[in-house]
Formats: sequence, C-alpha cells, structure tokens
Amino acid sequence: MTRSDDPHTLTGAFALHALEDEERARVEEHLAHCDPCAQEVRELTETAARLGLAVATAPRRGMRDDVLRRITSVRQDVPRAEPESGLPRTSRRARPVSRWALAACVAAAAAFGGTALWQHQQAQDARDQTHQARKEAREQSQELASVLTAPDARTRTGRLADGASATVVVSASRNRAAFVAAGLPEPPRGKVYQLWFDDDGSMRPAGLLSPGRDSQAMLMDGPVDRATGMGITLEPSGGSAKPTTVPVAQMLFPA
Amino acid sequence: MKEVVHIGIPSAPGPDLQELLARVARGEQEAFADVYDAVAGPVLGVVRRVLRDHAQSEEVAQDVLVEVWRTAPRYRPDRGTAMNWILTLAHRRAVDRVRSVEASAAREHKAALLAHTPEFDEVSEQVETHLEREQVRRCLRTLTELQRQSVALAYYSGLTYRQVAELLALPLGTVKTRLRDGLIRLRDCLGVSA
Repeated sequence: MTRSDDPHTLTGAFALHALEDEERARVEEHLAHCDPCAQEVRELTETAARLGLAVATAPRRGMRDDVLRRITSVRQDVPRAEPESGLPRTSRRARPVSRWALAACVAAAAAFGGTALWQHQQAQDARDQTHQARKEAREQSQELASVLTAPDARTRTGRLADGASATVVVSASRNRAAFVAAGLPEPPRGKVYQLWFDDDGSMRPAGLLSPGRDSQAMLMDGPVDRATGMGITLEPSGGSAKPTTVPVAQMLFPA
Repeated sequence: MKEVVHIGIPSAPGPDLQELLARVARGEQEAFADVYDAVAGPVLGVVRRVLRDHAQSEEVAQDVLVEVWRTAPRYRPDRGTAMNWILTLAHRRAVDRVRSVEASAAREHKAALLAHTPEFDEVSEQVETHLEREQVRRCLRTLTELQRQSVALAYYSGLTYRQVAELLALPLGTVKTRLRDGLIRLRDCLGVSA
C-alpha cells in the first residue's frame, strides 16, 4: 500500500462505519496483516459503541412482545466450530483476529521490507491455531507477541520439503525466539516435532509442536543465549533430552 | 496490554449480558427476553439517532434484535463485549439503511444535516443511561469542535467520511485524521480498552 493512501489512518472511519464498501474491504484486508491496527480498531469500535449506549431510548411497550414473538419462528445459525470440539478448519475468514499471529506478519513484513512473504492463507492458518493456543497459554502468547513485535525482531524463513515453510523470529533484546511453521506434514503416529536451540552444535530442547496441526506459531522454550540457530527433529511423544533422529530442518538464526 | 478501566459503564442488573448471550446461543428464549431488556433501549437509540424516522427505526431495531437471536451462536466473547457486538450490529444496519435510502440524498440535504449536526443535548427519553450519557458528554467536550463534529456526523448521522468532508468542505485526509484522533481521545477519556 502506498504511503499517501495508508489504510492505517482509516481505523477511525472504519470503527464508525464511515467507509464505503470498497474501502471497508480494503481496510479489512489490511487489518488481517496489521496487528496494531486491528487492536486499535477493536478499541475504537468499543468507543463508538459507548456513543451508542449514551443515546439509549425506551422502546414502545409492545415492541418486546413483537420481537419475542418473531424469534420463535427464526432458526438460529449454527455455531462456528469451537476449538475444543476439534480442529477448526472452516470459516477461516470469520475467525477472531489474533494478536500474535498477526504480529508475526508484521515482524516478517518489517524484516523483509514489506514484501508479501506472508501470504494471507498462512496468516489465517496461524490465526486458527493461535486462538486455541491463546486459551491455553495467554501469558506465553503475550510473551510471544512481544518477541514478534520487538523493535529488534529479525526473521528468517526456510522452505522445507513438501511445500512446508518455517520462519524463526529472534529478538536479541528479549533473548527469546519464536517459531512459525506452515504446512508441516503430520508426524507419524507416536512421534512429535521437537524444536532445539543450536548452541554451537550442541542441541538444547526448545519445546514441542502441538500435534495435529499443520501450522504452528510458538514461543521457543528458554532463552536464546548463545544459540546461533535452531533445529527440528521428530521425537517420540513427550520429546527427548537430546535429538534421536536426523533433523527435519535446521536453520541459522538471522544475523 | 493496558489495564482495563471501567468507568461509569452502567452495570446491568441481573445476569451478565455475555452469560445471557451464551444461553441464547443454546436456544433459550427466556434468556433472550433478558437480553432484550438489557439491549433494546440502546439498540433503538442508536438506530433512531441515525435514521431519525421513528417508524423505520423500530423496524430496523426489531430486525437487529432478531438478528441477535439468530446469530448469537456466532458471537465470540474474545472479539469484544456483548454490548459492543450488538451495538456495532445495530449501527451497521442503521447505516446500511440510510445509505440504501439516501444514497445521493445526503448531498441535497446538506443544509438540513448541518443544521441538524447531532447535539448531545437532544432530549432522549431514557432509562438508566444517565450516567453513561453524562460521561460520554463530558468526554465529547474534550474533543476539538471539529473532531466532535466529524465524529458525530459519522456516528450519529451515519455519513461516510467522504460525505463528512463534503459537508464540512474539508480535505478527505483532514476528516480521516479527525475521526481517528477524535475517537482516540474519546477512548482515552472513557477508559475503553479492548
């Protein structure tokens, strides 16, 4: 997007429904890639609602009966798949905006000079599982967000076999790293992907990828310290203290 | 992440709205009656403020409330408060109606609109929104006149920012900025966090 026409400045108009449809769509597109903008829109929308709350007015008495009568003949929508009920892979566009998967996009985009490295679909995938992860580990996700949005976040992306890709984001100031993968093949039964910090050839455990999803974004366990890269191996469920298989992938950390 | 500071949000008596909405999502009509009692006033208020026509406002407000019933299973608490969800829907529907009806009429009604720049002092017969209204009014006063005017024309009159710009004879960029800055100032004054 060009500077003169930055959708970011339209957050106010967006929250007030003061955009024409075409512009609205454009801003929505932008929000999917811009976490700070999405957050701002959430806040400004809540603010606009307060303007609405302040002008409440008493409805005609009979309206209550009318509405209550009307709903008896209206079938309710089917809920979206809840994360608890399995893997939500549908209605991606309707999923809630996640702070940190989007932050990944921001960080990646920043690191790559704004190129469209992060395709929309990847963002959507990341968001799907983000929602679940956030429920499980809100604190961790905030820490992750802080890594992904750190001013000194550096990103490196590698292609794995079968079209999978992996991105590692490192923040020296926070001494933490985040790992984002998309399209990883399902591990064989009883196996799990394990991440490792590469301390000059010595592998240090850095967490397991949750099984059952083909895309992942997670904060790597432990500090980066002197690690110069990372690796992924397939390990027996529960993980190992040291890698027991040849790495699926190894990446140097971005300089 | 900012601390949540709730100031002056009228605490609805009875069960929490979000809780109620979850029960509505499971098809409980009694819970919907409670939701109605909590939100019908604000919904109608928003719609009427935008549409100004009483008969049409009730029709749209009713549609919004039925839509709340229909789409309750899709409400996601992590996207915002239940009241916000409902009022955003109400405002959107009201604005849609205005734009479909008045597509080009806004231009012709320039003078009328300007004369009708919504003031907070307009009387609205009302329920328990006194505190909320006082607070919003106080915070609106912290905006510059032009911010306040732009925000009010967009929200309460349902104008696009282009229409606002045209109406006030201002550059588009200025209006964009004003809407955003105005809302940000309001947000901070109201202690909104999301």
